[in-house]
Amino acid sequence: MNKSESNKKVTVGLTNGLHLRPQSMIVQAAQGFESDVTLSIEGHKVDAKSMLDLMTLAATFGTELLLEATGSDAGSAVEAIGGLFDSNFEGMDS
Amino acid sequence: MKLLDFVVQKAIVPDLVVSSKDDAIKAMVSSLKDAGIFKADDEEGVVAAILKREELGSTGIGKGVAVPHTKHPSVDRLVATVAIAKNGVDFASLDGEDVYILFLLVSPPDRPGDHLRALETISKHLRNENFCNFLRQSKTAQDVYDLLEEADNDQLDQ
Repeated sequence: MNKSESNKKVTVGLTNGLHLRPQSMIVQAAQGFESDVTLSIEGHKVDAKSMLDLMTLAATFGTELLLEATGSDAGSAVEAIGGLFDSNFEGMDS
Repeated sequence: MKLLDFVVQKAIVPDLVVSSKDDAIKAMVSSLKDAGIFKADDEEGVVAAILKREELGSTGIGKGVAVPHTKHPSVDRLVATVAIAKNGVDFASLDGEDVYILFLLVSPPDRPGDHLRALETISKHLRNENFCNFLRQSKTAQDVYDLLEEADNDQLDQ
């Protein structure tokens, strides 16, 4: 398998910030990929497959994060998780 | 933010023995009420709000930890309690494992940032295995309180 890298800037659009429910959606999506997937804010980089890691982000509304993936399915991973941010986590209200 | 900024000392439950997730939540909310955090009249409403949140997805985040929570107008600042369940509770966790450490949070409706920072503080310490192990070995509320204080002061080895 070819290793590839992919990344995308994403923004938290939920008024309550990136709380537990969207975090668990990220974990579930990320775990479906072979690639390593990370999210970072200003150099604080965490494993998107770990709830305890994601909880340390404390990302409030409007925060910009860098989504990165490395591995055979990096592009698909960034597309799927970036899509969660773009859709405001499937239309979550807050 | 520090753990003892929001964990109510008098509400710590060092020996939670329950047979269900609902009973765990009820016992922890009752402990906050007994500590004088909100009126007895609000207890049922807080329990109902937390259970409703659980229906959207378990707050059992894996690694034996759960963080049930809700917003509720009965509090004017973020408050929490900690419970240790030595025998474990089936919390329908993301990883399917029982939970042994529970942090229950109640926050005012208009302070989402505080809630996120509390989760950040809790998760930062829970990533330290020593913290988790010592917490699970705690026998009294004072043991738990002392451990939270040590964690807040960065006195625990990583």
